Amino acid sequence: MKQRFTRVLIAGVIACAASAVGAPAQGGGADLTGAGSSFAYPIYSKWASIYAQKTGVKVNYQSIGSSGGIRQLSEQTVDFGASDGPMTDEQMAKAKGGPILHIPTVLGAVSITYNLPSVKQPLRLTGVVLANIYLGKVTKWNDPSIRALNPGVSLPGSDILVVHRSDGSGTTYIFTDYLAAVSSDWASGPGKGQALSWPVGLGGKGSEGVTGQVKQTPGAIGYVELSYATANHLPVALIKNAAGQWVAPTIEGVTEAAAAAAARLPATSDFRISIVNAPGRAAYPISSFTWILLYKNPANATKGKQLVDFLRWALHDGEKEAPSLEYAPLPPKMVAMLDKRLNDINLAAH
Amino acid sequence: MSESSLVPTLEVVENGEPTVFRIHGRHVGDGIYQGAITFFAVCIPLLVALIAVEIAIAGWPTFRHFGLSFLTSSDWDPVKKRFGAAPAIYGTLVSSAIALLLATPLALGVSVFLSEFAPHWLRQPVGFLVDLLAAIPSVVYGLWGIFVLLPLLRDPVMPFLRDTLGLGNTPFFSGPAYGPSMLAAGIILAIMVLPYIASVSREVLLAVPRAQREAAMALGATRWEAIWRAVLPYAKSGIIGGVILGLGRALGETMAVTMLIGNRQEISASLFAPGYTMASLIANEFSEASSDAHLSALMAVGFTLFVITIVVNAIARWLVWRVSRSASGQAA
Repeated sequence: MKQRFTRVLIAGVIACAASAVGAPAQGGGADLTGAGSSFAYPIYSKWASIYAQKTGVKVNYQSIGSSGGIRQLSEQTVDFGASDGPMTDEQMAKAKGGPILHIPTVLGAVSITYNLPSVKQPLRLTGVVLANIYLGKVTKWNDPSIRALNPGVSLPGSDILVVHRSDGSGTTYIFTDYLAAVSSDWASGPGKGQALSWPVGLGGKGSEGVTGQVKQTPGAIGYVELSYATANHLPVALIKNAAGQWVAPTIEGVTEAAAAAAARLPATSDFRISIVNAPGRAAYPISSFTWILLYKNPANATKGKQLVDFLRWALHDGEKEAPSLEYAPLPPKMVAMLDKRLNDINLAAH
Repeated sequence: MSESSLVPTLEVVENGEPTVFRIHGRHVGDGIYQGAITFFAVCIPLLVALIAVEIAIAGWPTFRHFGLSFLTSSDWDPVKKRFGAAPAIYGTLVSSAIALLLATPLALGVSVFLSEFAPHWLRQPVGFLVDLLAAIPSVVYGLWGIFVLLPLLRDPVMPFLRDTLGLGNTPFFSGPAYGPSMLAAGIILAIMVLPYIASVSREVLLAVPRAQREAAMALGATRWEAIWRAVLPYAKSGIIGGVILGLGRALGETMAVTMLIGNRQEISASLFAPGYTMASLIANEFSEASSDAHLSALMAVGFTLFVITIVVNAIARWLVWRVSRSASGQAA
């Protein structure tokens, strides 16, 4: 009977280890294998199926999480990785296959959702107030700092229940990247990351866990990715952007944020850029790229060529699929920059 | 039906030692068979040892860097790379304890009813339904917990315990009633371990000889006294075995608990407050652990869970052994 538990533990550990620590990905006869971001999984799998019909090249993408994708790429067990956060210099230095390129593919955003039955019009929040709520400094809905942003709205005097993701996630990374960008208290306190030490609040597992908790508890506030909020018709807060405008999370607002950031990007950029709190009148501030990661010198030139072809197709034709899945497509200027960057990949056999 | 009729050349060889059966012309097969069986038998403990060693090695940097404070600190901060697993260890033990506290009396009631009181036609269906609880996937328990148990706890159960019964004056039932909490995790675990305890207890009670009951009755015991004084003590070690089986399940359960416990790195006396368990921590953070230090810390949590499970089971084993010894001592 005790072995039973141990066995379950073993099975679990093996399963975890196999999926995350670099067991070779099962190609299943695929031409290209990739692993990483679960946030980007819907669009990558759609691209893969369309691309296979068009060209016969099969792309097998496994959504094992961004960190797993980075690890597998570093171990060279996949042809490409995918991540919601850029790799750190330290991670790049450890990669076994040499220099790595970051190719932004689409954009996502994080929506702030809340449960205030008495509030009919969209709630307005600034980044600083949001950070103070998540820091536990603002604890009541009728706090003067919230009232000042929402004149004429009858805010209840109830406690704010803060809800965050309990599982490590790219959504948390984007959200905390934004909080760290706008609040020095947040940057020097909890900081940014896929998982972190939250000063207050409850952890919900996955977007569904956060949503469930917010929906069921009056006075709750949480964050979920844009696509999830749209699909579930959640109330979302307007956020004040860097230009001082109130913006709702929309695909247009996210692309605008990317365009504003792309406009000031030097031609030599490695695209490891954060676009939270981007300038631009209509830019939605809690936005981010998601990246495909690949080696500049692919070990297998044939596969390297196939991968470059796939990425070129994705950046041009594939981008058109993005809005139907609630991702924002890249701004045209960026696509042109990335086209040039793909030429840098060394496709000579070595 | 006799096995020996299939093997005509069975011969008994007396060696002065216990009787040895030897089949002519099958020595090689025997050897292979024995070798294979031994290999399989050795495989399992080896696998367990291998896993323990692997996890220990992976977690070693964390143990070396943080030392004992890894077990006693409540500071779990993947960003600043500070790791203390105390809230998760506390949560694992407390949620399992709540589960056993709630499930054991219930399970015992069900099994005593089914073995002693229930009419024959009722035994099978009720027993089957109780066993069925064990077949429900953990994630379904979690969903049920989110949509049914949590709203129920939020209102009316938690306010009732806290305000109506006045238990809010104790530290154990105080604070706001949000729903996700140590209590919610304990209750869902209780439901999940109940079939294990009930099913083992029922089998054990059914195995108690009729004579045991008849003798107690013959001495003038009431039905209650016969069960309490004669049947239950006889079955005690088996029932404790069932409880241990449930405990094993409770300590390691991940998904349902993660969905209901609130996942907060904090030790709070209040059962209304959210908490964390070691299994939930690993499940939550493993796939997105980006730094080596974080990964190592999670491995260290895994190793700690491994050790705690072994220690708890060893204690329970010892308990069974002591109970069965004292029971046979009484009988003698």
